[in-house]
Formats: sequence, structure tokens, C-alpha cells
Amino acid sequence: MHREFLMGNEAIALGAIAAGVNLAAGYPGTPSSEVLETVAKRRPRGTYVEWSVNEKAAMEVAAGAAYAGARVMVTMKQVGLNVASDPLMSLEYIGVKGGMVVLVADDPGPISSQTEQDTRHFAAFSKVPCFDPCSAQEAYEMVQEAFDYSEKYGTPVFLRPTTRVCHGYASVTVKDADEYRVNSPDGFIKDSGRWVIFPRLSLRNHEKIEARNETLAEDFSSYERNCIYPPDRRNDASGFGTAAGRDDASGFGTAAGRNDASGAGPFAGTGKKGIAAGGISFTYAMEALKDSPQSARLFKVATPFPFPEKLALEFLDGLNEVLCLEELDPVIERELTYLCGKHHLPVKIFGKLTHHVKNAGENSRDSVNQNISDFLGGAAGQEDISRSQAQSPSQPSSQSSSQSSSQPSLPVRPPVLCAGCPHRASFYAVKTAMKGKKTIFCGDIGCYTLGNAMPLDMVDTCLCMGAGLGIAQGVRRIEPDTTCFAFVGDSTFFASAITGVVNAVYNQANMTLVVLDNSTTAMTGHQPHPGTGRTVMGDVTAKVSIEAVLRGIGVSVVETADPLDLSASVACVKRVAAEPGVKAILFQSPCIAITKPSGCLHVDQDRCIRCGKCIRELGCPALITDNGRVCVDASLCTGCGLCAQVCPVKAIGGGDGNE
Amino acid sequence: MNKNIILCGVGGQGTILASKLIAAAAMKKDLPVMSAETIGMAQRGGSVFSHVRIGEGICSPMIARGTADLILGFEPGEAVRMLPYLKPDGQVVVSSRAIMPVTATLSGSSYSGDVMITYLREQVRGLYVVDGEQACRKIGSPKVLNILLLGAAVESGALGFTEEELREVIKERLPEKFHEINFRALRYARERKETDH
Repeated sequence: MHREFLMGNEAIALGAIAAGVNLAAGYPGTPSSEVLETVAKRRPRGTYVEWSVNEKAAMEVAAGAAYAGARVMVTMKQVGLNVASDPLMSLEYIGVKGGMVVLVADDPGPISSQTEQDTRHFAAFSKVPCFDPCSAQEAYEMVQEAFDYSEKYGTPVFLRPTTRVCHGYASVTVKDADEYRVNSPDGFIKDSGRWVIFPRLSLRNHEKIEARNETLAEDFSSYERNCIYPPDRRNDASGFGTAAGRDDASGFGTAAGRNDASGAGPFAGTGKKGIAAGGISFTYAMEALKDSPQSARLFKVATPFPFPEKLALEFLDGLNEVLCLEELDPVIERELTYLCGKHHLPVKIFGKLTHHVKNAGENSRDSVNQNISDFLGGAAGQEDISRSQAQSPSQPSSQSSSQSSSQPSLPVRPPVLCAGCPHRASFYAVKTAMKGKKTIFCGDIGCYTLGNAMPLDMVDTCLCMGAGLGIAQGVRRIEPDTTCFAFVGDSTFFASAITGVVNAVYNQANMTLVVLDNSTTAMTGHQPHPGTGRTVMGDVTAKVSIEAVLRGIGVSVVETADPLDLSASVACVKRVAAEPGVKAILFQSPCIAITKPSGCLHVDQDRCIRCGKCIRELGCPALITDNGRVCVDASLCTGCGLCAQVCPVKAIGGGDGNE
Repeated sequence: MNKNIILCGVGGQGTILASKLIAAAAMKKDLPVMSAETIGMAQRGGSVFSHVRIGEGICSPMIARGTADLILGFEPGEAVRMLPYLKPDGQVVVSSRAIMPVTATLSGSSYSGDVMITYLREQVRGLYVVDGEQACRKIGSPKVLNILLLGAAVESGALGFTEEELREVIKERLPEKFHEINFRALRYARERKETDH
């Protein structure tokens, strides 16, 4: 054993390696991406890792390996699970031979996602058991236990961390390489009665799954990560109120005014209150109760599905009120409410359903402190809150909300396309070419979603991976006089846009597809994809050509342009958009993060007429004003040269850009 | 030692590396450490932060309002934004150079770093202002602001680590060709103080 300072996602990866994972597959998505990257980086010899083309492909590759007895992990973010749901729903009926951990990272906030969907619901829906870690250390250990449960019960299992667990760092105690489990798969054994899904098999296996999950719920009640604090709760004689050495007078119960003098057991004088929490919210609750652990019984739910009912009943025993602290949906709250009804327990359950906890957005130390303080009616969880309220760190955009009258208003900093980003040039070329025409610009998922911001304002719709193509087709069916564009990035193209192109060609749509090919998966951290000619294991592989794919499908016009050559790009857009049917433009220019800058531009102040066109039209962060003068921020400029081409008096020059 | 440290700035300023170095210094002293940071969409020119927590008994990587011992502000407006996290006698080390958001440039609205620094002076007793722009020019790179601020935090006494301890982790963590310039950035605050006296 040794200690390493690890991100939660890195800890999960090392945990999987320690558990002898033979194969890992996934698709990038914040906050999950670092898991697969770390498995690839730290893998022992013989472990296979791939970025699959999307989550569905990853799930199927992993299923095949698990059929052959391998330990496998599939990684994705929560919306990726929607893509992988088709194979997973059926796979649960078939089951696995080797252990399978499906890592799905949820994103309360949401910080980098379209939805605040809760994978714990998906667990109940798909009947797949779910583990919910609260810290990097726990995630490291839990992933190993999850593999064991998966094999013991022959089912895939979810490991479902949330952003603050995935991206939180901690000094984690991890195994040395010689302590890793070695798993040697015995290969695929033919048995069509087991591996071929038919209605009869599904009925039989459905019955088995229901029975299994009942057994598993029992099993989970003694799983040590589901637990009740303080742990000696059943020992009435040594109530932890006294054990902790706290005097009753200062207890929170007294402040709450709910304590009945006759209250027997450990909660005498504390109002018989409990708090149930899972994931990162549990750690927030622990921090809040650190100085007064006797003030409430605390229930940590590490396996939200199947719910550990037996342990939950022990937790509820003797309580009057319970506060549920969890992010996303009220899963624990519903389970406890259900249990109270089922067992006629006189316990009030509070949480999101009762509007005692906000039902959207992420929890914070401060929100949990406040929730607990309100619940206990005392000073629990109140640290020294001497200053005015902080803005949520995940949404630091709005103006100051401070009560302090003297605080100056703070700058708003929405995320923007980087200085020199080729997407800016592509959007600007299309915008310029289509000026005055009735158009709709359907966007997609990636950095280029940021093309929606002023002044570009070039994203009219964005829904989910690959959806822009279908939406462009649908709008055009209803508005035949609109020129419809769909923008899609290179990685998104391979992940889920190809079916949209086939649909358009087959159904004789009229639309222009614009592929923004920057040779990487930029938003999630520059992962390789089928068009890059590299794999996550470092192998060189044949590049899949986007142009050849489009031509193969039957797109008649496919033109390639360098978006940083503005006039050529504008001409290209005009030409292609005027063609009938389904046509495509490939804008090819690498992401600035994977290329060296070509020098910095400068503004000739004698020539500059201060018209502000460059700033007004491009919104490049490297173009700034200084006392009315337009200047280039040398620390940001990459020398892309777009502003030099936009300047009406040729006052911007330098770099490799067009002078 | 128990420390809650917040590093804040604008995406791309190097806050993450600085928080990693602090954590590495803590690890070297066998201290428990946790941290959390902004990753993903907000990194693209948005407000970013890192929380670093050092010491026994930490359950969560996140810092609660009013409990930070030190704020390392890479940008004056961002330091003001995080001020509610500072404990009453906490310290702030801040670069005076403001970074204009694109929105401000577009709308022509004014955003002044001086106003932010003035406000910080009113609010924070333990304030240490670094002329980040001038210092980076003198040292010879705009990329050393993070190390410069760490050096200033050492000098202010609020970091809890020595210059030598940070030198060690820089040596271990950064490519050798960047050692010298970062060492210069690290000692800049101390040397300036010595010449001031």
C-alpha cells in the first residue's frame, strides 16, 4: 500500500486496475473522462483500453468481453447512458460471466451537461445494482467491491459518482502493483440458451432478477459502506449523547424545542431526528455535524438500488423526523417514505418532495449547513458565517448578490470560444455568407455550442449528441423557404451524426451539413477519435475519413475548406448552400490546444480607425480595448489572423496570418 | 496544520497547477489533503476556482463560506467574488492585473481592477497585492503568475509552507527547463521586500 494524491476519477481507474480489469471501454464526457484515460495510462500489461465510437459501442464491446469471462469497465457521463441504454437494458436480462462495472458520472448543477438526470433512477428502471461513492478513497475501494458483487450475482453494476467526487482530489491509499488481482478469463463458452435473448428466456430471467434483487437488498443491508452513525446506536445504555461528553443544555434538541422528556434511548433530548444522505452530500453532512455528532442519527446510503431496507428500518427505528440530503432526484427520500408507509412508521420524512431542500442544482457545504441547521433548529452546521452570502462557485456568472452596499459589481464571465479557435472562423464565414437570408443554424454538443454567444449568435438549437441533423431536416419540412444548416464536430460526427446523414439522403432532405473538424475531442480534454489516427493506448491506426463516409452515404457535394482563410470559406459556403439536396462542408483546422501558436498579431494604431468591427463581429478574447484603443492581448493571441481579415483598413498584422 | 485555501482566477491562468503544487507540498509533509477544482466548460474563459484543504479530520474537498484561511486571487474581481469564503482574520494575496471579460469589451462597459483592489483593502486586513503584470514582465514570462502568487503567499506567512518546500515540489513536478524561471518567480516577492527595506 502507498498513498497518492488522486482525482476521484483516477482513484476509480486505479481501483479497477487493482481489481484486475481486463478491458475498459468508454466515450468521453465531463465529468467521467479521466477514468478511462487513467486506466490507459496506468494499465498493467495485457489490459485492453479503448475510446469507443460512442457509449452504445463501448457497452457492447464490454459485454462481449464479459461473456468471455473478462472483468470489464464501461465509462460514460449520465447522458451517455441514454445512448448505451439499449444494450444495457437487455444485458441485464442476459447477465455477465466476468464482472462488469458501468461507471456513469452524474453532473448535479448541471456544470457541463444538458440534463440533471439521476442514474440511481436508471438503476431501478434497468434493475442494475448501483453503488454511490462519497469520496475518492471510497470510490477506490468501492469499485473493487463492485466487481465482486457483479460476479457474485452475475449482473452488471453501476458505479455512479457525481462531479465533486469525480473531480475532487484526495490523498488516497492505494495498492502496490504486486497486490493487484490477476484475472485470467477462460473464454467464451457457447450456450445459446444463455447468451441469445428470446422472450421465453427473458421471462425466466426476469423472475430470477426480481428474486436476486431482493436477496441483494438483504446483502446490502450488511454491506459496510451502508451504515448508521454513530455506529453504537443500538446500545441504549451508552447513548452517544453522553458518550460524546456533550451536555444536554447545549444540544440542538433543546433549541429545537421538540425533545420530550420521556424520550428513551440515545436520542433523549435530541428530538429523535435523523439525517439520511448519499454521495458527496453525506460528506457535507458529516462536516456539518462534526462538532455535534450526538445531535442527529446519520444514515449513509452507499447502495441506492436495491435499497438496503433492513438497515433503513434500523435507522428509522425510534425516530420522529428524518431529513434527506441528496443531489438530483429524491431517491432516498422516496424509499424512506415508502418504507414508512409499508411498515406504518410514525416518522416524517423531509427533503425535496416536501420542499425543505431545493429540488434542482447541486448541494454545497453551505446549503447543507443551512438545511441541517433549519432541521435541527439550532446552530448545527453553522460555521462562522460572518460574511455575506457567497455566490455558488459553479455558477459564478451573475452580478454580485452581496448585501454589502459597497461591493463593486463583478464582471460576468460566461465561457467563450478560445482566442484563435477555428470554430469562430467557421461560424463567422457561414454568418457572412448567409447574411440577409432566412436561415436556421442547428448546433450540437461540443466546444462549438459556445458559438451561440454574442456576437456570433450562430447556434439556434442544441439538444443532444447528433440531434442537429435531424432538427435541421424537420424545420425544413415545415418551413420550406428556410436554408437549414447543421453544425457538428468531428468526434460527435462519428459518435452519433452518421445516421442523421443517412436519414437525410434517404428522405431527400435539403440541408447543409457543416463539419467542424478540429482533429480532436476538445471540450472533454482532447481525446483521440476515429478521425485522428491514434488510439487511447497510443497505437497508430487508419484514419476514418469524414469525406469518404459522406460520399459513401451519397452526399453529392462535399467541399473542404480552411476556416482561417475567410474569403475562400465564405465563397465555399455560398456555393455549397445554393446546391440542392444534402450537401456538406468540411471546415478543417486543428484545435489551438493541440497546435503551436503561429505568433501574435498587433494593431497598427496609426492605421486603426477605431471602428471596433473586429471586436463587435468576432468576440475574440484576445481583442481588448485600452482607453478606446483596440489592442491584442499577447498572452492569448495565437496568430490565427481572422481579425486581420475582418479589419476594413488592414490595421491588424503580424503572426502568420494574412497581412 | 489545518488550512483552507481558495485559488481563484480566470480559465487558463494556471490556478490548477498552483493548487497541485500546494497539495504536493502537503503530501510531502504527510499531511492529509483534499482539493476540488473547476473542470469542463467553465474553463473556457470563465471564472475558475480550486479549493485546497489540508489537515486532519477533513471529510469533504469543498470549503464552506467564512472558513478560508487564505485566498490566492489571480485576478482582482475573482478575489472579490470569492471573498465571502474568507474567514474574518483570513488573508488575501491578489494580483492587481484585471482581465477584461469578452462581454465587457463588447458592451464597452467598464470593469476596473483598481476598484476591486480598493474594495479588498477596505474589507481585508491581511491583504497582499502583487503587481502581477510588472512582475511577470521582469521575470520574463506571463505564465509564471501562479508561482509568483505562491511566493507572495509564502512571504505573507499565510501559506504554511516554506519557499524551500515549494522549490522541492516545483523540481519534482515541472520539466527541468522551466525550473529556473519558476524559482525566480517564487523568490520574487521576498527579494522585492528585501530591496524595499
